[in-house]
Order: sequence, then C-alpha cells, then structure tokens
Amino acid sequence: MMLGRLLSGDLPRSRVLTAVLIAIFFGLLLTPFLFPGARATNVAAKICIFIVLVASFDLALGYTGIFSFAHTMFFGIGAYGVAIALSTLGATWKALAIGTGAALMVALVLSLLIGLFSLRVKAMFFAMITLAVATAFQTLASQLSAFTGGDDGLSFKVPELLTSAFPLSPHTFRGVALDGKLLCFYLVFAAAVVLLLVMLRIVNSPFGRVLQAIRENEFRAEAIGYRTVVYRTCSSVLSALFATLAGVLLALWLRYNGPDTSLSFEIMINILLMVVIGGMGTMYGSVVGATLFIIAENYLQDLMKLASNGFSGVPFLRDLFHPDRWLLWLGILFIVGVYRFPAGIVGKLRFSAWKKS
Amino acid sequence: MSEPMLDLQGVHTRIGAYHILHGVDLQVAKGEMTVLLGRNGAGKTTTLRTIMGLWPTAEGTITFQGESIASRPTPEISRRGIAYVPENMGIFSDLTVCENMLLAACDTKRAEDLDAKRLEWIFGLFPALRKFWQYPAGLLSGGQKQMLAVARGIVEPRKLLLVDEPSKGLAPAIIQNMITAFRELKQTETTILLVEQNFNFARQLGDQVAVMDGGRIVHSGTMASLVADEALQQHLLGLSLTAHQ
Repeated sequence: MMLGRLLSGDLPRSRVLTAVLIAIFFGLLLTPFLFPGARATNVAAKICIFIVLVASFDLALGYTGIFSFAHTMFFGIGAYGVAIALSTLGATWKALAIGTGAALMVALVLSLLIGLFSLRVKAMFFAMITLAVATAFQTLASQLSAFTGGDDGLSFKVPELLTSAFPLSPHTFRGVALDGKLLCFYLVFAAAVVLLLVMLRIVNSPFGRVLQAIRENEFRAEAIGYRTVVYRTCSSVLSALFATLAGVLLALWLRYNGPDTSLSFEIMINILLMVVIGGMGTMYGSVVGATLFIIAENYLQDLMKLASNGFSGVPFLRDLFHPDRWLLWLGILFIVGVYRFPAGIVGKLRFSAWKKS
Repeated sequence: MSEPMLDLQGVHTRIGAYHILHGVDLQVAKGEMTVLLGRNGAGKTTTLRTIMGLWPTAEGTITFQGESIASRPTPEISRRGIAYVPENMGIFSDLTVCENMLLAACDTKRAEDLDAKRLEWIFGLFPALRKFWQYPAGLLSGGQKQMLAVARGIVEPRKLLLVDEPSKGLAPAIIQNMITAFRELKQTETTILLVEQNFNFARQLGDQVAVMDGGRIVHSGTMASLVADEALQQHLLGLSLTAHQ
C-alpha cells in the first residue's frame, strides 16, 4: 500500500521486472561496499545520473511523443551551471545553490521559448529546430572559453563535505573509507531516487494521462477539450528541467565539466538507445535501459577480454572476441535486443505478465 | 421543429487549397436527434469538425445556444458542453477503458470521483465496458471500441453530442446494440447530431434529417417524411428504403 503510493500506483506489474528493479536498486545502493573501488562506484553514480536523464527524455518522447535533440543541451546547462558557479564563487553550498538555480532558470526560459515557437510545427521540423539550437549551444560553450573553459572544460572543487578529504568516521566499513566522497555518491543516489519518483508521479497524474492521449492522437485530445500546445509545452519544459538536474548531479559527482562530458551528440544517441532498450513510455524502462547500457559500455570490454583469452587457441574466435571489437558486439546486442523486444524490455515483461494473468 | 440549439448559417470551410463546405445551413433542435446523411466526401465529417473548431470557419456563422462559436478554440467549444465522438472508433488505445473515460470527464481526476449513478447507466447501455474497465482500450473489439467512444462522449452530461458514423465497420448484431443504446440515450433528451451513411441505422433513430451533397445541405425535414417518400430517397440518396432492406 505504502509502496504503491510511493510509486504513484504504477507498480512494475511483472514479477520478473519487480525482481530486476529490486536488484538494480540494491545493487546501486550497495555498490561502494559490494564492489569496493573507484571504478564500480563511478559506474554506479553514472547509472543513477543517466536514469534521471533517460527518464526525463522519456517524459517528452515516450509519454508525449516529442522528439528533441536539445535534451543534452539541458543536461549541459545543468552541469555548466554548477561548474561555472563553483569555479567562480568558490566551493560553497551557496555557490552550488546559485549554480543550480541559474541553470534551472536558463533551462526554463530556453525550453519555454523552444516549446512556444516550435511545438506547433510537425514533429520532424521540431526535431530539426532542436538539433540546430543544441548545435549552436555546443559551439557557444566551446567558443566562450573565458566563461566555460572552452574545449578543455572546467575543473572545480565541490563543498568539502562531499570530498574524500572529509572523514565521516575514522573507521572503515568492509575496507571502504567512510568519507565525503561516499556521501556524495549517496547524495547522487538519493537525488536520483527522488527525481524518478517525482517523474513517476507526474506521468501517473491526470496531467500525465493527457500527455499519453496527445502522444497517441493529438487531434482527438484536442477534440475532447485539451489545449494540446499548452500540455506539450509543459511536458517539454518539465523534461528539460529534470535533464538540467541530472546535469547538476553529473557535475557534482565528476567535479569537472566540458563539452564532451555533457553536450556531445554521442550522449544524445546513447540516451535514445537507453530509452528504446528499456521501453518507451514506461519510466521503469529508463532504469533498466540506463543500467544495462552503462554496464555494457563499461564492462563489455573486460568480458570480451576474458572470452578472447579463453579462445586463445582458436584464431577466428580469438579475433572475434578481441576487446577492440566491443562496439561491434554492443551494436549486435542492441539490434538483437530491439528485434526481440520492440516495446523495450519493460514493455515486453509487462505484456508477458499481463497475458499470463 | 423546436427551438434550435445549434444553428449554422452559410458556413464555408477551406482546408488548404480545398474548398470543402460551400455554405452549409443546418439547425439542430434541442432534445432531438438530427441525422446528417450523404455519400462519401459530401462534407459531413468536415461539418462536425468545423462545429468543433477543429477546422476554421472561413465564412458564415455557427451559433450554439444563442452565442457564436465559429472558429473558437476547440477546448472552449468543448467546455461549453459539446462532445464529439470521432469516426473510426476514436479512442486512445494505449490507455485503459477507465483512463479513456476519465480523460473525457475533464474535471474528474480519479475513477472514484466519476458520477457512480451515471456510470451505472453507461454500463447498462454498454455492459462490455464494465467487464474490460481496467483493460487497455486497444485490446477491445471494434464494436466495443465504438461503444467506448460513445460512452466517453456521455460520461458527463453534455448539451450536445456530435457523433460521426457510429455504425461504420460494425457487424449487424453490434449495430443493433448501438441502436438500442442510442434509443435509451434519446430518452434522456440529449440533443444529438449524428452523421451516418447507413440509412437503415439512421431512420430508426433520427427525428430530423439533413442530406448533404457537394458541401451543401440539399434537403432537410423530418425523418418520418423521408422514410415515407421513396422517390425522395431515390433522388437524394440513390436508394429506397425497401431496396435497402
């Protein structure tokens, strides 16, 4: 009952999916202690951040049918907001709040302008407009080097409480130092959980129901009496604000931001893949998609190295599984995944569970 | 004919380069069912969409309860109490039956807040909706989807219901169910403007009839007089009721 309210009544509706989500939740929560070391914690933090980013993209694409190439731009605005504020105003909580607030304001104004001027046009033209705006922003971020650090980006300090120099306890737990860096990880984790729950609340509200109706048939939604342009603009703005907050978390975790870290087109393609793999319009799809993608991106090479060593005596297989070919395998995995699960993993699991019932 | 609730005078509609309606004059009387007949492409659906503001009125006036609604935004027209049931089972397939109904009840947020008495009445008209209440609407049969589309239009009391070809693509047995449901609906004195091509369906329900051709109303009168006049049927619709049966 309590869990149902927390999840806004949108339960996983599949035993397998429930098990997967629980495993991801506890896996991420306990990563610093289950897999000690900076690499695993970095991967876990990146998963948390990308869950928020992918879910915010799904809010626009999966729930409203708006495809925007400018999503990473808002991610970058969040990251640059924090980076610029902390590097110019100093490593204080006040600077962090100013950076976050300014980034949210910029994202709000920009997304509102994009929404009001371009959501009336057809989907393809809207996508093209957002692509143009995102490219212009990326160029601007590279050119305004005095402000943004240019292509080199900005390295900065975060409040001391969130650094490894701040000891939370003189003791260690399972060999892991209890310090500010660990606190920073749990801050990112908690923020990701809260933001995902808020988005879950939005899509399961009457507002979310109208968004889904618009996605399916804008004409019919209008005929029932909904001002679809207003709803589409609201969805676009909300999606941008959540992406901005994901950017804030990224900057806070990395203590660095540059064009390639938060604004690159590659990130845009990756989040699109994560949404498709997880399942569009399901919200839980962002959790599954982001987790699978980032784990594959980080550990597929290791896995292939093991396989390549195992096949060391077999020339063709040894070469086929060579770690340098990881992108080929990632591509094959995605093609098979999309072919096997056209509605995404979550869509498939839910449909199977529904058919059984 | 009693006092008109909806009055169209000389309405022209242009969609891009196409001039679809060429001066439509149509009156819909309060508490009656007016049927708009005509062949494919006569302008029936465009007339409904123009009333709803989904296509702009190029010329002419549309008056609803004495106030002009020509080219007003669709949501505003809808909020004045006009419900539109589009053709081709216009439902939202990804949403459940319950969610489809909630969407149409604009000021109701939860299923528990729907008017229980009215909901029971709707379930009485369309029993399948109760059975599949929590099912995705896309999984319903064609007839059930059409029932849901009509039910959505009446989930809240409306002053005027615009229904576009409810019998299209339905099996004869389902059409008979639909006729029964509309007869019950008529007893509540709901004003209805029904677009149809199926004359046999229309004649069992209509009080008034208007026939369209080439974007104009070419005949209007009572349904009873059209049903009684086979020569007129032949002239207007290219059929006679006896031949149709």
